[in-house]
Amino acid sequence: MAGIPHDHYEPKTNAEKYIHRRLPIVGLIYDTIMIPTPKNLNWMWIWGIVLMFCLILQIVTGIVLAMHYTPHVDFAFASVEHIMRNVNGGHMLRYLHQNGAMLFFLAVYLHMFRGMYYGSYKTPREITWIIGMLIYLLMMATAFMGYVLPWGQMSFWGATVITGLFGAIPGIGEMLQTWLLGGPAVDNAALNRFFSLHYLLPFVILGLVIVHVWAFHTTGNNNPTGVEVRRGSKEEAAKDTLPFWPYFVIKDLFALVVILALFWALVGFMPNFLGHTDNYIEANPLVTPPEIVPEWYFLPFYAILRAFTSDVWIVIAVNWLSFGIIDATFFGVLAMFGAIFVWALLPWLDTSSVRSGRYRPMFKWWFWLFIINFVVLTWAGAMPAEGIYTNIALIGTTYWFAYFLVIMPLLGVLEKPLPEPDSIEQDFKESLKSDEPKGPKGPSAEPIPAE
Amino acid sequence: MKLRTLAVAALSALVLALPATMAEAKKVKGEVTNFDFSFQGLTGTYDRNQLQRGLQVYHEACASCHGLQYVAFRTLSDRNGPELPEDQMRAFAAMYEVWDPELRDWRTAEGPDHFPESQFEGAPDLSLMTKARAGFSGPYGLGINQLMKGIGGPEYVASFLLGYTGEEDFQAGSMFYYNKAYGDWVSMAPVLFDDMVFYEDGTPATKEQMALDVAAFLTWTAEPKLVERKHAGFVGVIFLSVLSVLLYLTNKQLWAPIKKAAKKD
Repeated sequence: MAGIPHDHYEPKTNAEKYIHRRLPIVGLIYDTIMIPTPKNLNWMWIWGIVLMFCLILQIVTGIVLAMHYTPHVDFAFASVEHIMRNVNGGHMLRYLHQNGAMLFFLAVYLHMFRGMYYGSYKTPREITWIIGMLIYLLMMATAFMGYVLPWGQMSFWGATVITGLFGAIPGIGEMLQTWLLGGPAVDNAALNRFFSLHYLLPFVILGLVIVHVWAFHTTGNNNPTGVEVRRGSKEEAAKDTLPFWPYFVIKDLFALVVILALFWALVGFMPNFLGHTDNYIEANPLVTPPEIVPEWYFLPFYAILRAFTSDVWIVIAVNWLSFGIIDATFFGVLAMFGAIFVWALLPWLDTSSVRSGRYRPMFKWWFWLFIINFVVLTWAGAMPAEGIYTNIALIGTTYWFAYFLVIMPLLGVLEKPLPEPDSIEQDFKESLKSDEPKGPKGPSAEPIPAE
Repeated sequence: MKLRTLAVAALSALVLALPATMAEAKKVKGEVTNFDFSFQGLTGTYDRNQLQRGLQVYHEACASCHGLQYVAFRTLSDRNGPELPEDQMRAFAAMYEVWDPELRDWRTAEGPDHFPESQFEGAPDLSLMTKARAGFSGPYGLGINQLMKGIGGPEYVASFLLGYTGEEDFQAGSMFYYNKAYGDWVSMAPVLFDDMVFYEDGTPATKEQMALDVAAFLTWTAEPKLVERKHAGFVGVIFLSVLSVLLYLTNKQLWAPIKKAAKKD
């Protein structure tokens, strides 16, 4: 399957040959598991396995929860309490599912940031990146609809605010919103379809995950140097790579278990720490909560959405140019979806020929600023949309778009990249040397070649 | 090198998760006292006697207005709860009347029945109150206090019950009372007075004692599986920690010959 030359599955016994001729499934599994993987992958390459685990965790706990949940406005909240009180192990299932969504998003952000830093989206891995972005979009939709299901105050009002965004589209907005909700407001019809879709979408995600894995198994993994695996011969490739099983399976499992220990501590000892207290109050369309805040993983986009008030000059300008069709709310909606859209376009916006951020002295600074900006936007999203906070959100939003639309295209031209190592093998060896416990610190005692 | 990347990964995870707590950092405007409860901390469990006292306070002071619609009487006998003996639990349930849709009439409550709902709209149901209220916020809404002290629901409930300053205000035909835990006027009158209940176990029924007892009881109604959950937490964390050590050693051994060979040439 992969372009990297390696040993393929050869059926040996007659039984194996019999199956292989009719359905080469063992070969498929073998080639997937034994894919040559760059030796020098660091600990940021573990998030894929964590994400795979999260998806399975969410599907398994979700299916059991669905056995006890009632998607009806009169019973939904009570049925969740029934799960928490009467279902065997129900409180753990529900807390695992709730906090599992948060681990899922934490892992997906770190996975994406890793891809951004090491240039994993660059040719020939653009399709892997695009499918990843689609998965991320579906994750957001799934998480949003799942949050509505317990039918607490924040569920209801979150759903009202977010579906209201579609209502902001000029002309067809209101019609579209009514069609999405199955009525004029968030009610039983909306709850029911959200439940149906919340059950469906994870399986769509699973399908896309398979395509995502297929895509990068075709191109081969990226690695911290961004240098391609040498593919001249099987022997040459073997110098740069190791089979995924057992070397990376065990490594990833170790990392997964460490993360799960922390996750389990969160679920066991403070399962409500990251949730919102208002969601333990049953939904009431007549009482608006003092603040409507989405779950933390949506906050950067919530900040972008709310950054554009009608007194921002660009909103005024666009409003005037569009003859008033695009107002502040719709502008915010466009900005929010635009923020994700430019992220997806990254493979074509980044003009640098060097993949890894390790060898891009200027890029590094802008990248870390992007991470800091992401955290600041998350914080701004949790704050009330007034005073200094909208200004901070506006600056953060500006940097977000500038990063993708200005900095990424320009850096490729302006930046003078550092020399890349000749091969993954060389990088692997050098990383081991710096691991050496002996020897004086500071400049290496070894002679440094002039070139 | 690898350790450093691991540290960077852990740090970035932390930095990324930190603003998460901000979402919860509600602006609590009142004063909430950080009371100590037996169920706090990693190993904290409910104090059975305190839950029974709290049940008594709820029954005598709160139940006339507030309901506990998600709590079944039978759970009063559950382990890690008030642990009332079966006969006492049934006798307790018999003091309540519930609406039976089949009889189309009210009847005496039994074990499987739930506590009644609230008597009128202004009085919220108390089943989940200690999870629906936050007690502490942090500097600039960073949620740091909540990380240290917990969300603070029980503290809020106890502070609320003790938070009446005695100021009263008559507005638009109803009486309002100032409550410093809420930080504003509330329509609920103060309900706790010294020695208003008689505790069977001899505990002096001071106002503060009753507030703490009922807050503990309401924490149990909101989170009846707290002890089981913490137990699962311990078992899981210990199991996963041992497993991670084993996997660490396996991984080290697995990679040792590869690294040795790479260092040689």
